[in-house]
Amino acid sequence: MNVIQSVDLSVMAPVVIVAVAALLALLVDLFLAQGPRWPGLIALLGLLTAAVWLPAARQAGSTLCIPHAWCAYDVNRITVVLQGLVIAGSVLVVLMSLVVVDDLGLPGGEYYFLLLSSVAGAVALPATRDLVSLIVVLEVVTLPTIALVALRRDRRAAPAALQMFLFSIVSLAVSLYGLALVYGSSGRVDLGSLWAFTHEPAHHSVTLGVGIVLILAVALFKVAAVPFNAWAPDTYAGAPIPVAGYLSVVSKLAGFAALILITVTFSGWWPLWSGVLAVVAALTMLVGNLGALRQHSAVRLLAWSSIAQAGYVLVPLAALVGGPAGSAGMLSAMVAYLAVYLAMNLGAFAVVALVSREAPSARLDDFTGLAWQHPVEGVCLAFFLACLAGLPPGLAGLFVKVRVLAEPASSGAWWLAVVMGVATVIGLAYYLAWAARLFRRADGVHVSIRRGGAWGTVAAAGLAMVAAVVFSVAPSLALGLLPG
Amino acid sequence: MAGSWVLPTMLALPLAASVLLLVAGRGADRWARGIGVAVTGVDLALGVRLALGFDAGNAGELHARFTAPWVPQLDITLSLGVDGLSLPLVVLTALLSFLCAIYTVNHLPDPGRPRAFVGLLLFLQVGMLGTFLAQNLLLFFVFFEFVLIPMWFLIAVWGSGDRRRPAANVFILYTLTGSVLMLIGFLVLWWQAGTSDFSALAAGGGASMSSSTQLLVVLLVGGGLAVKVPMWPLHTWLPDAHTAAPTVASVLLAGVLLKMGTYGLVRIMLPSVPQGTHDVAPYLAALAVVGVVYGALASFGQRDLKRLIAFSSVGHMGFVLLGIATLVPIGVNGAMFGNVAHGLITGLLFFVVGGLRLRFGTTSLTELPRALYARTPRLAFLLAFAAMASLGLPGLAGFWGEFLSLVGAYLPASSELTLFRILLVVAALGTVFAAAYFLRVLRRVGQGDRPAPRVADLAGYEAASWLPLAALVLLFGLAPALLLDLTAPVVNHLLAAAVGAGR
Repeated sequence: MNVIQSVDLSVMAPVVIVAVAALLALLVDLFLAQGPRWPGLIALLGLLTAAVWLPAARQAGSTLCIPHAWCAYDVNRITVVLQGLVIAGSVLVVLMSLVVVDDLGLPGGEYYFLLLSSVAGAVALPATRDLVSLIVVLEVVTLPTIALVALRRDRRAAPAALQMFLFSIVSLAVSLYGLALVYGSSGRVDLGSLWAFTHEPAHHSVTLGVGIVLILAVALFKVAAVPFNAWAPDTYAGAPIPVAGYLSVVSKLAGFAALILITVTFSGWWPLWSGVLAVVAALTMLVGNLGALRQHSAVRLLAWSSIAQAGYVLVPLAALVGGPAGSAGMLSAMVAYLAVYLAMNLGAFAVVALVSREAPSARLDDFTGLAWQHPVEGVCLAFFLACLAGLPPGLAGLFVKVRVLAEPASSGAWWLAVVMGVATVIGLAYYLAWAARLFRRADGVHVSIRRGGAWGTVAAAGLAMVAAVVFSVAPSLALGLLPG
Repeated sequence: MAGSWVLPTMLALPLAASVLLLVAGRGADRWARGIGVAVTGVDLALGVRLALGFDAGNAGELHARFTAPWVPQLDITLSLGVDGLSLPLVVLTALLSFLCAIYTVNHLPDPGRPRAFVGLLLFLQVGMLGTFLAQNLLLFFVFFEFVLIPMWFLIAVWGSGDRRRPAANVFILYTLTGSVLMLIGFLVLWWQAGTSDFSALAAGGGASMSSSTQLLVVLLVGGGLAVKVPMWPLHTWLPDAHTAAPTVASVLLAGVLLKMGTYGLVRIMLPSVPQGTHDVAPYLAALAVVGVVYGALASFGQRDLKRLIAFSSVGHMGFVLLGIATLVPIGVNGAMFGNVAHGLITGLLFFVVGGLRLRFGTTSLTELPRALYARTPRLAFLLAFAAMASLGLPGLAGFWGEFLSLVGAYLPASSELTLFRILLVVAALGTVFAAAYFLRVLRRVGQGDRPAPRVADLAGYEAASWLPLAALVLLFGLAPALLLDLTAPVVNHLLAAAVGAGR
């Protein structure tokens, strides 16, 4: 029997291209440093090339196979959609980074190398098909971002990175322990046969159950869900703003991809994990929104808000607690929410990044009257906030919230729907307070935006705005990414 | 896509104009007011054409239907239509918007910016019209929310006084909280009934829902709509918002926005969850009558004319709610009549008070100079006329809504006969108070013999924007059947479905 894995590069092309671009960015900076922006442009080019390859890879199927057993890397519809979202989000982050790397004097080669290494992991993650690869790839996403947070090397960056690192290793340790328990009680790690294994109720044991719940930890850390949420606000605040945007969107996409893979694998025992996730989702929504209420800094507010938003995305999975009815549309609802969340959240981060060029601490006070002095930026930010709040005219946010809410409502988990309703109402308070601040007339206070050199950030905000408006006018584009 | 293009045009036109004005450069400032008049004029013409071509014998049917797919995954269609219940409100909205646009040509409140002001006015119009035209729950919700943002800007930016921004914030927070409750109620209703289409909901009559689910829906949906009406004790946002709002915003707030709440109650809550509505009807009636008395007594204590009218609105909307709570055709028809009448009368009142403010710089009853009859006879006549109509003088439009609501309360559908009759007596006393406070205003402002400097009487643009309202108040006062014949078939249909399923 041939035990050497065959590697079909064409299937893995998007991952390989991103990884190669990461290396190129580093090398160009080392040897051919003609212009400071070359690494960034190479990163952008790499991501776009990977995006072009996506549809081709979709035809190709699987690779890294053990003959007559299983493949570690497999591509299907949901894989491609998640990979597409990861790449789209990364493009916006790289665009935002172009000027920030200059402004903060960050080492360009290292910055884009670390960023794209993480992206390569995030692109690979939705295609992984065994628990070991899944956890290893998840760490590939996480570790470079810890370095990215620390890259600024100032007083805020070090503790921010340290806090993230501590949460990361704790959750990793918990998950590895879970992996050991699952492997010990089932004797397998590939998702396909674990799926079959857990569909036999006779195989359900305490060891297996504890293992499954513990494995969730590493994914819950990535999406910053309760109880692994406390690192997010400090880390986001200490990181360069594009990195904070990356952590809140792309890194979370990877976390949700992992969560989807894990829960689908153990779908034979859904009452177990859906109960845990229901409690996690409810607490995450409440804690995130309550935490955001008291913030005075834009980035911290967005950090808490992104905790809350992750709670909303968890709701469809958690809704199974009410019964398996309607579970077909569960993933479709999550992916729709993630697509809209990508546009509205990165859009908000892009505008914050623009304002923070002149007001580095980006307090909410620094946004007072923004819409009068810079109508385009102000109106865009107001629209992103309306989408995040889920209120007209932010129809994109409204429709995905309704779509997500439909899951617990149709499964009968009414209490979860009520918690989400309450959380959304709390969320209105701080999103709207911020939006109203943009339109306040403040005499003597001048918000200045320096657009010079920041074409990347402006483009990121513009692309996010276009996406948010398109999703508002035609919500079916997001809702139809996966068939419900 | 199918159906008549009239209704989508009525929405698309102001929406397109509004977006163009809001993104246009400063050069558009010169044209803005003209565009406003033209667009609202076309909308009014379309509305009038709709009304003239309306098959009154078939008022219960949806006319000028338009449907297009929008979000197939959520089963949401762009579904518009108009029947006897919504037609008067659609025309009222188009009329008030047009009159406001005319008024704005000559009078734009500080800080100017005609482009933004007219753009927001048109944006507001889209939301108001859409609310009355929407034929399913989510579309209704979207349009219902659409009005909040332009109204917030109109109050917060163009309002008067230091309190305008807090007033705008309180307005938006109150109504948003109500809206979110309403949305949750809509979702419960939608998933329990399996449809979000209004006619299907009415046909279902809540048959698939247990009485506790119905009660939940009524509390959520009714609670959310009651904030907008506003029902006592959820009214506290209204006086501040009215006091701070510029004249046209006050006119539209009182004339149209409040009606969105009562319209929603009759269009959605009553037919969809008849059992639940039936269960809460006595409580609704009691709160309504508290509102009537409270509105009257509070009006009595006001020193500011705009605040006074705002509190009187609470009282008038109390009558409308009482009429709805009776759940009998005569009461609900009275309520729908009262809706339109209050829109016309209060619109007129706010216009006139805005005129006073323009001339004397204040709306405070203690600071306004006396002897208005002598100084500006035409303006004073309009104020007196609107006040008389508001206090329910027979022969003017204000009378019929309250009278029919009271008649309905004599023989309500509810078995709580004694309660309703006590409420009837108390509400009737409320009309006496209303007479008292308006007569006090007229005596204070109108009479007197102090010599005073000359002030301009009714200007041409004022006459053009106010007199149509006065004429309609008189017309509907003398010929109430014009309206009642339109609403009656729909109300009978909705109530019949409710009675059939609810008992």
